[in-house]
Amino acid sequence: MSDLLAVTGVTKTFSGLRAVDDVSFTVEAGEIVGLIGPNGAGKTTLFNVIGGRLPCDTGSVVFDDDDITGWPPHRIARRGIGRTFQLMRPFGSMTVLDNVTVPAATGVTSIVEAREQARSVVDRVGLSDQVDDLAEALPTAARKRLELARALALHPRLLLLDEVLSGLTPAEREPLLTLLLDIRGEGVSLLLVEHVMAAVMRLSDRILVLHHGQLLASGTPSEVTSDPQVIEAYLGEEDLLAGS
Amino acid sequence: MRARLAEAQSQLLVLAAMAAILATVPLWLHGSGRTVAIRVLISAGVGVGWNVMGGFAGQFSFGHAAYFGIGAYTGAYLLVSHGISPWIGMVVGAVLAAGFGALTGWLSFRYRLRGAYFALATFAFAEMLRLVVQAQGWLNATQGLQVPVRPESSWWMMQFSTTSPNYYFIGLALVVVLVAITILLVTSRRGMFIVAVREDEEGAAAAGVDGTANKVAAVALSGAMTAVMGTFFVQVFFFIDPELAFGPAESVAILLPAVIGGTGTIWGPVVGALILIPLGEWTAGIVRDPPAFLDAVAGRSGLDLVLFAILLILILLFLPKGVYGSLAHRWRR
Repeated sequence: MSDLLAVTGVTKTFSGLRAVDDVSFTVEAGEIVGLIGPNGAGKTTLFNVIGGRLPCDTGSVVFDDDDITGWPPHRIARRGIGRTFQLMRPFGSMTVLDNVTVPAATGVTSIVEAREQARSVVDRVGLSDQVDDLAEALPTAARKRLELARALALHPRLLLLDEVLSGLTPAEREPLLTLLLDIRGEGVSLLLVEHVMAAVMRLSDRILVLHHGQLLASGTPSEVTSDPQVIEAYLGEEDLLAGS
Repeated sequence: MRARLAEAQSQLLVLAAMAAILATVPLWLHGSGRTVAIRVLISAGVGVGWNVMGGFAGQFSFGHAAYFGIGAYTGAYLLVSHGISPWIGMVVGAVLAAGFGALTGWLSFRYRLRGAYFALATFAFAEMLRLVVQAQGWLNATQGLQVPVRPESSWWMMQFSTTSPNYYFIGLALVVVLVAITILLVTSRRGMFIVAVREDEEGAAAAGVDGTANKVAAVALSGAMTAVMGTFFVQVFFFIDPELAFGPAESVAILLPAVIGGTGTIWGPVVGALILIPLGEWTAGIVRDPPAFLDAVAGRSGLDLVLFAILLILILLFLPKGVYGSLAHRWRR
């Protein structure tokens, strides 16, 4: 398999603080990679660099043979990287269907066709019953699905998922996990930041551990959880890891 | 599946029906009443223009007089100095206004002006134009430009006898076209992008929508729409000067119909204009010629504006999304 995403030597500094420090990794086509680390480890910053929301100080991001370093976010989205936000960003006054039609319409010129695509994505994430509801009226669980639907409507080859499972009850999580595995089954790669350890461990083919902005460890879920360095970084959270 | 197209069609049908009804107004409204009707149309037209930027794109403009003035002065200058038809002046003015909007919009967004700071920048651009025009001898500086009165009526030169209903018909046609543009915009792909950027620019970017480009497009279109009414204004009142065209009072007059009627709605500015202009006439009438028990207020100039302002405040207090906006919101629920 070839690398779909290659992050090389990326550093991002905020007024002296190295939020992301010389991080390199790759994601292969169809791979699910979990990105974990304590709060403030730089996970979301790394997402923002890949997604184009923040420029990196040094390093490069190559996606599908295109050097996308420094591209604006909308261009990266159209190129095939969908993302969800931890703090969800719905278009509040628009209906669920319109929310999803927007990304679909960036790929096609016909609004009718965009709408058809949006409807099938909405069905797929299980929001069919809320299709005409205003996004601002949705409960959290449905908003998470809407975030995912909006990213999926771009026909992405890579999804950056920032805490799509947190804040959901176990019962709400289960169908979403199945859906994510389904999406991967179509050859879409997933890079996910997640605090729900059990879910990360179950989903991921490979785990990256970020600590103080640096890549501390990488490997299969079982390799990573038995790594003493990782246990050290998560000191006091061993139970969390063991629980997986 | 074709909900959006169906929505465009039904809104256009409503527009056609309203236009047909309003076309009968000159049959029963004469004299000063008709002048009020024309002022309603101008107010509605500029409000509809402002609404594209301030309502749908969510970029509050406190300086739309810039576009109104560009339209007014372009039409007036081409007519007065070169004898060119106001219809051509209208098109040229709209193009210039779109260019000015694109440039100033792009600069403002480039330097990340938002909210109140953005609104202040739009105000500053309008003031800048006012001061520049005041200093131009070829535009007759502070004196302003006067439309030469022709001996005969002419559609091509947009000039008729004072009792002619044609001014009203032209104003109505312009407003109908501007509302139709709004309907086609909001039901289009571009319109969805513009609203998405208003709702959440970062979310829109992640959905593949270029925030800056869509905001600039909205500003340019809004400017062009407002400029058209500026050209028409000069033809109706035969006169324009820098204060009237570019002054802060004009900027306020342009944003009021949308705010009172409901920003970001298709019909809000039209409803707003239908309330604002007659209401202003009514308060002015009360002060000019008060009922017996209010004798004391007779002739107190300025008092009518105070009354007018209090009524506007009351409207927004009880209907914060504007008259049409609030009612439409309740209807939806």
